[in-house]
Amino acid sequence: MKPSYKNFIFSKTNLDRRNFLKGLGTTGALILTANWNWAQDGAQKFGGHGMPGGIVEDPKAYLKFNTDGSVIFVCARSEMGQGIRSSLALVVADELEADWKQMRVEQATGDQDLYGNQNTDGSRSMRHWYQPMRRCAATARTMLQNAAASHWDVPASEIRPYNHRMVHAKSGQQISYGKLAGMLDSQAIPDSASVKLKDAKDFKFIGKDQTLSVDNMNIVSGKATYGADVRFDNMLYAVVARPPVYGSLMESYDDSEALKVTGVVKVIPIEGTTSPSEFNPLGGVAVVAENTWAAIQGSKALKIKWSSSPNDSYDSDTYRDSLKEASMKPGKVLRNEGNVEEAFASADKKYSASYYLPHFAHAPMEPPVAIVILKDGKLEAWAPSQNPQSARQKAAERAGVAFEDATLNVTLLGGGFGRKSKSDFVVEAAELAKSFPGRAIRVQWTREDDIAHDYLHTVSGEFLEASLDKKGKTTGWLHRTVAPTITALFGPDSGHQAAFEIGMGVVNAPFDVPNIRIENPPIPAHVRIGWFRSVSNIPHAFAAQSFIAELAHQAGMDHQEFYFKLLGKDREINPLDQKDEWNHGEDPTIYTVNTGRIRRTLRRATREAGWGKKLPKGRGMGFAVHYSFVSYVACVLEVEVQDNGNIIVHHATMAVDCGPQINPDRIRSQMEGSCVMGLGLAITGEVSFKEGKAVQSNFHDYQVPRISQAPKSISTHLIDPGDIQELGGVGEPGVPPVAPALCNAIFVATGKRIRQLPIQDQLA
Amino acid sequence: MHSITLNGNTYQLDIPDDMPLLWAIRDVLGFTGTKFGCGLGQCGACTMHIDGAPIRSCITPIVAAVGKQITTIEGIGDDPVGKQVQEAWIEEGVPQCGYCQCGQVMTATALLQRNPTPNNEEIESTMHGNICRCGTYNRIKTAIHTASAKIKEESA
Repeated sequence: MKPSYKNFIFSKTNLDRRNFLKGLGTTGALILTANWNWAQDGAQKFGGHGMPGGIVEDPKAYLKFNTDGSVIFVCARSEMGQGIRSSLALVVADELEADWKQMRVEQATGDQDLYGNQNTDGSRSMRHWYQPMRRCAATARTMLQNAAASHWDVPASEIRPYNHRMVHAKSGQQISYGKLAGMLDSQAIPDSASVKLKDAKDFKFIGKDQTLSVDNMNIVSGKATYGADVRFDNMLYAVVARPPVYGSLMESYDDSEALKVTGVVKVIPIEGTTSPSEFNPLGGVAVVAENTWAAIQGSKALKIKWSSSPNDSYDSDTYRDSLKEASMKPGKVLRNEGNVEEAFASADKKYSASYYLPHFAHAPMEPPVAIVILKDGKLEAWAPSQNPQSARQKAAERAGVAFEDATLNVTLLGGGFGRKSKSDFVVEAAELAKSFPGRAIRVQWTREDDIAHDYLHTVSGEFLEASLDKKGKTTGWLHRTVAPTITALFGPDSGHQAAFEIGMGVVNAPFDVPNIRIENPPIPAHVRIGWFRSVSNIPHAFAAQSFIAELAHQAGMDHQEFYFKLLGKDREINPLDQKDEWNHGEDPTIYTVNTGRIRRTLRRATREAGWGKKLPKGRGMGFAVHYSFVSYVACVLEVEVQDNGNIIVHHATMAVDCGPQINPDRIRSQMEGSCVMGLGLAITGEVSFKEGKAVQSNFHDYQVPRISQAPKSISTHLIDPGDIQELGGVGEPGVPPVAPALCNAIFVATGKRIRQLPIQDQLA
Repeated sequence: MHSITLNGNTYQLDIPDDMPLLWAIRDVLGFTGTKFGCGLGQCGACTMHIDGAPIRSCITPIVAAVGKQITTIEGIGDDPVGKQVQEAWIEEGVPQCGYCQCGQVMTATALLQRNPTPNNEEIESTMHGNICRCGTYNRIKTAIHTASAKIKEESA
């Protein structure tokens, strides 16, 4: 039967930028209409200003005041579970002195000119947008104040905002924001000098430990709209069969059986791209049907001949050997201080170890999905995209429409973790929409598609060598990292990690060692390597933090005592002095590496966890601490290894110094989630390859953590930032210390050192 | 033609016998609260109730539901236990991305309907089939205890 009712989840008028700029006449909403931009002092190239599209501080783009009292905040950062829609909304509400219950959040379409950079990655939404959003809200609040002043004909300086009202104490008058909304259009945008930010002591929401969410009610009642939930009458559903080996293309296909499946409408080839494939589709054959089930069945019935590929022989076992072999030979020197050879030659003790980390698949619970309608030369798309500007651009190009004629609506993301920064799935929908003008078409990836054709986390071989003197002081440090690079997606494969990859915890080793060398021998990529939450910090931190625990053991010292000795005295390091030219995109003179913060973060975690206390038999406690995304996170795990090799994490302690804390509850939730994800990566996370094809296909063989494998309890401790003003990242820095903390704890519990992930049955 | 009862309403569906309930309800009827996660009954995102028991709708053919009462996330708030679970989820700030949470709520509700005071082991064994990639498990556990306490309070 046909659907019995219309279910247009998105009202197009709500999300149409042109209408929205004109205002919402029907509800009497008013947009701040004047042209205005916050003055920017000089050419800035760091932080948000260094990103494509930069920072836009235009309140008219972000705020709308309705005469019914509601305030609409347009969120231009994608929501994938980090809570940014609520967190930025509470920042705006606080600065506006608004009533939280009157706050509404609309999601921005992909439009970099209007909103500035929207690429939601790098743990930088709050870091880059906290102050700009405060200034937007403060400007709007000043306009409300000026409007009230005109209304009452009193000086604006006598008026104070209070809980969604402007109050004139002298006369005892007050007026609601809803009433003032109708008076805003006559208000000039105030001079930036007259706009004052709220004093921190008056904050009601910022930094307060409470659970405020604009989406949770919809989420728990099934009303929230993810990419997969956008639907239109008469919509078509497509499932795509893609080349099983990266670099292969479809040569021919037989769709006779597929077309016999009830509900299948059409079979359409999709042009593919071999390496470097950027964010383009891999190509293949799409089965278009009246529902997803028919499309899946049709796809299974296809017979396809694929071309050979240079990656046909990609084999993870062989590749692991290649990584190790490469890591044993000198490679491109990234950093060289003192003379490690001499240090090693004259050392009292020398020690080395090799580590291996496999590919991980992002596996967001919502597999990639996108909906496109092409009509009269215009494209409209709906997608759970972390990178809507790029998705809009690539979809428009593929469909042959002008960028201005394409709209990319961003839905909630059912998980992202970096996967949904890449727009290949949106482009597939744009391609198929060409065959069905005026009709919505959805491309739905199956879980098997998602795992087989992910932009996988790199795979890595790490070799470390160090020398120790008699007092347990580290005198030489050599770290060779070998891993296929993300940059191979975009051009000729250099085999070398790029600045943003080596700047993730390998070149910027913050240790007090006189002789230090970091090298990067090359290795080619055979699959699409992509950004995965925390990226190269995961292998680099695993290797370095495991190795330090091994060194402590060699030196016969307490791990923490040894670590502090290695770290040296408290100091601020300019990242450039460590040959880290990337520094997560931040100004190296402002965002320094502070070893005192590393020390305090670790100290807090170990103290809270009871480091050194006597544990029941069979248990061990281990820690790791890592600086990434300009934040500091330490993880301490209390672990039991059962006779059958089963691992129980009895307690996890996370400590984080991310600078000022804007929404503490969401910082905690990210630390909790990072801990669980990090454990999963360590224990079972692996996508391996045989004959160029992914071996794993779904959650039965790509196992992610379940509730019974989560720590029995997690406590998160937020470090008081003191005078520190700079915000750090939150979404990613929690993951890297987890796997090494686990393996360090396992060593204490069992005496067995894990150097190759995943652990799987190594403890059985 | 299959006749099913979904959240108290009856619908006629002209679809193949083997179409899983998930797709019948999402694509054909248009109720999108129930999510697709794996298609193999591995992740629990598609959990709904048939006659009060939680099932994986991605591997349950439509014919298995004919003549039975189907409840989805869209209807679970009408149940007093379901409502408490939803409220506890909000109170404890459980969701991150939220995509799996409809399935989590459905499984947790069935658990509390069957056993209003589950201990941690019972929670773990029952919720084991529902994956949350964001890792909200500890808050799920807390929220189930919170809902359990509220249910106890109400029935006292």
